[in-house]
Amino acid sequence: MVRFFSVNYFVIVDVTLRSGIADPEGATIERALPALGFTGVTDVKAGKSFRMNVEAESEAGALEKASALAERLLSNPVIEDASARLGAIHAS
Amino acid sequence: MRVGVVVFPGSNCEYDALAAMTSLGADAELVWHSTTELEGFDAIILPGGFAHGDYLRPGALARFSPVMEAVTRFAADGGSVLGICNGFQVLTEAGLLPGALQKNRGLTFLCQPTTLVVSSTASVLTSRATVGRELVIPINHFSGSYTCDDATYDELVANDRIVLTYKDNPNGSRADIAGIANEGGNVVGLMPHPERAMSTLLGSEDGRILLESFVTAPVASLVR
Repeated sequence: MVRFFSVNYFVIVDVTLRSGIADPEGATIERALPALGFTGVTDVKAGKSFRMNVEAESEAGALEKASALAERLLSNPVIEDASARLGAIHAS
Repeated sequence: MRVGVVVFPGSNCEYDALAAMTSLGADAELVWHSTTELEGFDAIILPGGFAHGDYLRPGALARFSPVMEAVTRFAADGGSVLGICNGFQVLTEAGLLPGALQKNRGLTFLCQPTTLVVSSTASVLTSRATVGRELVIPINHFSGSYTCDDATYDELVANDRIVLTYKDNPNGSRADIAGIANEGGNVVGLMPHPERAMSTLLGSEDGRILLESFVTAPVASLVR
């Protein structure tokens, strides 16, 4: 008999402002960099990252669950994009 | 006129809203956010504050409070709903109003009187005002920069749904937008605080004309 065991996958969700949406935080950081001696750094975007353990039967299942919750809660689709990616696997 | 003022954990303007409604003769009461039924109310206010700590994004967690399903039904049935400041943020997160409120241009918390211009009277908040009239009403927010895509903006303009604009844009809002209405004009959100502009003793009573509209104008009388 084949059994599927649920495993905890370590998932990282990145939330960033959609292109075209003003990003005053990113712009402010970018403007501060030359004064600190960091030159040649452009297109700085501020965003959020969320880390979580997601119980699922497969990597795809974990990413699907994380993407769904990212769209429903973690991001505001009006102004933000969310993407889920896999980190290291934690044994359940 | 029976007005419910919704209280989320972290709301802090509910008593100002309650006092403003009472001073206009309305029968107002506080409604805890776990309420699932709003029967018997004629109007609902989502007050300012920091609902659920404003964690994640302002309004992002409040939109999942049990009361919001009831508010959504109430609005769909034509009931008057007013979101002030954090309440406006909750209404956009809940999808009852389009667009989003972003961090202020300049990344500073703004707490100051602003001059607003009435740009539409086709809403429950502005029905008794006059287009072009200037109102001095305070703002008190960090995330008040109204943002929306071009299609939404065109739709707001075409249907006269931008109800209030800033004379001197303080926060970077698109097209100076301070407040908008839904398609029916019965749901309105604005960042400024009319409930804090009810008495000349406290700086301005220009909020009265807006809240008088809100407590007196039946939605059915609105003509678009």
